[in-house]
Amino acid sequence: MFARTSALVFSPQCGQVRSMATLKDITIRLKSIKNIQKITKSMKMVAAAKYARAERALKPSRVYGAGALALYEKADIQVAEEKVNKHLIIGVSSDRGLCGAVHSNVGRAIKSQIALSSPGTEVMVINVGDKLRALLKRTHGKHILLSCKEVGRKPPSFGDASVVATEVLNLGYEFDKASVVFNRFKSVISYKTESKPLFSPETVGNAESMSVYDDIDADVLRNYQEFAMVNIIYMAMKESTTAEQSARMTAMDSASKNASEMIDKLTLTFNRTRQAVITKELIEIISGAAAL
Amino acid sequence: MMAARILRRALPVARQARSYADMVSTGPQMSFTFASPTKVFFKDASVKQVDVPTLNGVFGILPAHVPTLQVLRPGVVTIFNDDGSATKYFVSSGSITVNADSSVQLLVEEAATLDQLDVDAAKANLEQAQSEMSGISDEAGRAAAQISLEAHEAIVKALA
Repeated sequence: MFARTSALVFSPQCGQVRSMATLKDITIRLKSIKNIQKITKSMKMVAAAKYARAERALKPSRVYGAGALALYEKADIQVAEEKVNKHLIIGVSSDRGLCGAVHSNVGRAIKSQIALSSPGTEVMVINVGDKLRALLKRTHGKHILLSCKEVGRKPPSFGDASVVATEVLNLGYEFDKASVVFNRFKSVISYKTESKPLFSPETVGNAESMSVYDDIDADVLRNYQEFAMVNIIYMAMKESTTAEQSARMTAMDSASKNASEMIDKLTLTFNRTRQAVITKELIEIISGAAAL
Repeated sequence: MMAARILRRALPVARQARSYADMVSTGPQMSFTFASPTKVFFKDASVKQVDVPTLNGVFGILPAHVPTLQVLRPGVVTIFNDDGSATKYFVSSGSITVNADSSVQLLVEEAATLDQLDVDAAKANLEQAQSEMSGISDEAGRAAAQISLEAHEAIVKALA
């Protein structure tokens, strides 16, 4: 008889045995999720404030950037694909995470540009922002020429863009074609990864449509191109910060929403567990009293 | 009789030519955009003339100016509006593009209206820049000091 009862209560230990979560476990989980929700909510407020400021600053910079690109669009300057031996990509992002897919979109665009370039072309990348460096370091490490840090903490100024451009020019990399990859801000919930072209002074000087332009010597053209490079980098940085702050706002908003959902579910579980514990104690007391 | 018939045929042509009033236009209008990284002063505006200080001298840009690219030096930009009034800005540096379709993009790094500048502070800065010039020996430092000197000279000249 003893053997039979023991056989009946034998439970196989092959699978994972889950004991019921105690009240203490649930309390700890609930507290930590509530803390996380507070943090994500405050991050959302901060991102919203920074986004409002960035969007206000974006309006004049957009006019400025459009003015800088106007020449290349109107003169329709293109680089012949066969003559491109050196391609420079400037990826603009930032150092800070928790902003959705912002950095990975730029990283992916850069990787696809590298993959699509013809085999003889040398492609070098300049990272503005630590996150991009982390993304590209492992697989495309040999393509990285320069990395910039401390991006994203303060709103970008024209001075920052000129520092980046000065470093790029000081490297002395004679590129045939260059592009700036960044996220262009479209609305609070959407942004688009775009690539704007930059041209070397030789390309601009030799383009056919430029013969219409009067009185251009090599010196003026070089100065003009350097200034244009700063302008385009500035525009890219401004658009990129606005897109990043709006993405962080939406990401933190959905994180807070998810956290509050989890809190609701856990609170229900907590109440159920609490009632079960009380019921169990009552039953023990009652059956103990009945046994007396 | 033939003359009358010819005259009657000629008249309708004259009437067609006078059906709509012609707009007074002197050819292509200038679409003028003047902006700094933080502020937009003019966007696709129609102005009569723009005077800009460039490395190759002071240019006066009118509509249908020949296309050109120029780099600016510190100095005063004067904009003559369509109604005849003129506005002056002091600019630090930048570039100007005149395209074939008569659009002009004037991009400057810093711009200020003349009343935002203080002539005494400008003179004091100029003297300081001149005294610093003599103390610097390396080439990059000399170039930077030269730029600062030219800028202050231009400010003082603009406010004179």
